[in-house]
Amino acid sequence: MDVNAATVSEALNGLTESHPELRRHLSTGEGKLRAFVNLYLNDEGVRHLSAKEATAVSSSDTLSIVPSIAGGLDWKPSLRG
Amino acid sequence: MATITPPTALPELNTDDLARYSRHLILPEVGMEGQRKLKAAKVLCVGTGGLGSPMAFYLAAAGIGTLGLVDFDVVDASNLQRQIIHSTKDIGRKKLDSAAEKLTALNPALNVVKHEVMLSSANALDILKDYDIVADGTDNFPTRYLVNDACVLLGKPNVYGSIFRFEGQASVFATKEGPCYRCLYPEPPPPGLVPSCAEGGVLGILPGLVGVIQATEVIKLILGNGQPLIGRLLLVDALNMRFRELKLRKNPECPVCGEHPSVTQLIDYQQFCGIMPETPQESNVKNGIPQITVKELKRRLDAGEDVQLIDVREPYEYQIAQIGGKLIPQNDVPQRLAEIDANREVVVHCRSGARSQRIAEFLKQNGYSQVANLAGGILAWSDEIDPRVQKY
Repeated sequence: MDVNAATVSEALNGLTESHPELRRHLSTGEGKLRAFVNLYLNDEGVRHLSAKEATAVSSSDTLSIVPSIAGGLDWKPSLRG
Repeated sequence: MATITPPTALPELNTDDLARYSRHLILPEVGMEGQRKLKAAKVLCVGTGGLGSPMAFYLAAAGIGTLGLVDFDVVDASNLQRQIIHSTKDIGRKKLDSAAEKLTALNPALNVVKHEVMLSSANALDILKDYDIVADGTDNFPTRYLVNDACVLLGKPNVYGSIFRFEGQASVFATKEGPCYRCLYPEPPPPGLVPSCAEGGVLGILPGLVGVIQATEVIKLILGNGQPLIGRLLLVDALNMRFRELKLRKNPECPVCGEHPSVTQLIDYQQFCGIMPETPQESNVKNGIPQITVKELKRRLDAGEDVQLIDVREPYEYQIAQIGGKLIPQNDVPQRLAEIDANREVVVHCRSGARSQRIAEFLKQNGYSQVANLAGGILAWSDEIDPRVQKY
């Protein structure tokens, strides 16, 4: 989807404003990005960029949210869906 | 970029080998020497499911000398949509026996080593140490972190693949020069936040795509040819058929492969992933939510008691099987609270009790004082009350 934003964090905020249910999946209560979610600006991890989430973005950039996935069966055997 | 040290004396190829692998032998990148490397190689496939099936099949076909398989599961009808190493006649059979039979039928020269165990901190190092490369085809976070850490500690490449719905990931972790799984994902998601394939579904073909990518990487590592997926995460989007690549970097602060590792032996991975063993007291009340058995619910419904049964599964699941609950898919519950009477007792159910537990907790937080979770959900109902209710 397309988001109008000047920086990575603005783009994220725009996304969670239009999709509030994503917020708890992406960030902790303190607003920090969760440790099992990686954010990529094009092919580079945002945590490796010098300005991190304050990095400027343009309309040709792609921001990807890459969560960890395990696949297969439920991974909590005592709590199966 | 060879990461495997070739044995000093590679096995010779016999006349059967020359005929069988002729298409490899004429590739300059494989050739006689490469095929002999494959013959000498020992690869461990962790899991013989969706990813393990194509991986093991192609590795066996390619002439890998020794293929170790780790699995303790039995074949279920719901596996066959993607776990192509198993057949309909294998339902109920050990996956290891079923897989070994197919692999040796394909390639009788293959040495299959069966490890019928659940990989754990107690046995992982002992099992992995005899192999050159580990291919991770597991289906859960604790085992993924276990495989990763064991590979880092032993210095074995971890050929990683993972799938969910229509998307897959693949990479090569734990090589000397490259990052490990923990560099990418330092921590697992908390239990319950990320749905599993059993909840979210998976396109049957997807593990085929990703498993074959893993097999390709295994072969390249053995040959020491090409550019392996070290420091790169390949993303597969089957729905749009797009392959993308992201850069991965070794994390100098990684607790297992960083400069000052804090994890120097295997840990309790269930605990690391937030999975606590249940105590008997917890089985009746979980996180403040009473757990009602299917027998108790049946008795109360039969007695005409006033119970609002809420089914929080998805509509397509409801089409497969239902037990008379009102369908409000879990993600719709917050917007549809008005349809659930807070003055009456509520019993929430799903396929087997995980999603409904979370929704029951949510309802309790939203002022519902009488909320219970149906333990075991549809699956328990089918087992204990009415086998005509279709399990899936």
